[in-house]
Amino acid sequence: MREALDHWIFVIAAYAIGIGGTLAMVAWSWLQMRKAEKRREEVRKK
Amino acid sequence: MHGFANPTRFLRLARWLTPLLLVSGLLLSGAVLAYGLTAAPAERLQGDSVRILFLHVPTAWLGMGGWTAIAIASLVELVWRHPLASLAARAAAVPGAVFTAICLISGSLWGRPAWGAWWRWDGRLTSMLVLLFLYFAYLALAGAVQRDGGSSRIPAIFGLVGAVNIPIIHYSVLWWNSLHQPPSISAGNSAMAPEFLIPLLIGTVGFSLIFGGVVLARMRALLADIQTEARLRRKAEAA
Repeated sequence: MREALDHWIFVIAAYAIGIGGTLAMVAWSWLQMRKAEKRREEVRKK
Repeated sequence: MHGFANPTRFLRLARWLTPLLLVSGLLLSGAVLAYGLTAAPAERLQGDSVRILFLHVPTAWLGMGGWTAIAIASLVELVWRHPLASLAARAAAVPGAVFTAICLISGSLWGRPAWGAWWRWDGRLTSMLVLLFLYFAYLALAGAVQRDGGSSRIPAIFGLVGAVNIPIIHYSVLWWNSLHQPPSISAGNSAMAPEFLIPLLIGTVGFSLIFGGVVLARMRALLADIQTEARLRRKAEAA
């Protein structure tokens, strides 16, 4: 007889990876954008 | 369309649209995921694992939508030489790859309790994995072209050719025997109960807004890099 799995472990793992991945992507994109635009302004002022 | 080809006009629009899309997308998808975790009912056959639906399905759609956007932008680049088209294609590859990866991981985590297997080499799963590799290859190719000064037409052609995989993913569950269920939602028709369908559609809107916000942020970063390089080159030539 197969032991029933606790579905919540899989649900929590999926949500953690999904939310973590999405937030990391948003933060990385935003920081890269700010960094690139800051560098452009610095070069423009020189 | 060429009205938006002007980078200054694009930046004027993108400056306020980027945070608006990101914040509204995060709020909307966050609310749906909170519903999925706390308020959505367990399903009769799949139990609590059905809650992964609210994450898995929007990311699957946007993984495919991302490459469709790359293909459209590539076509615009090749036919009309729109100056922002190659930037839009490159920008769409990042969220497309991330959402495809989340779709594959969440699908695997759903498959274990639902099918008793983490992975099966069937049509849907394999074609989705191929899509992830296509994203990696596209990002590497576009990065190499920018770094080494090649033609932007090369990644554009790759973007168009890679679009062949999108109908294969879509029809894979109909063409081949698959553990993956056939589409529950088609145009104007759904086999899904409203307590799942409505939050799923709202969540898809939320994730789409995040996708749009990330595309705009990436486009702004790529455009700023190009403008910085051009100014530095002009200064070096003048010196």
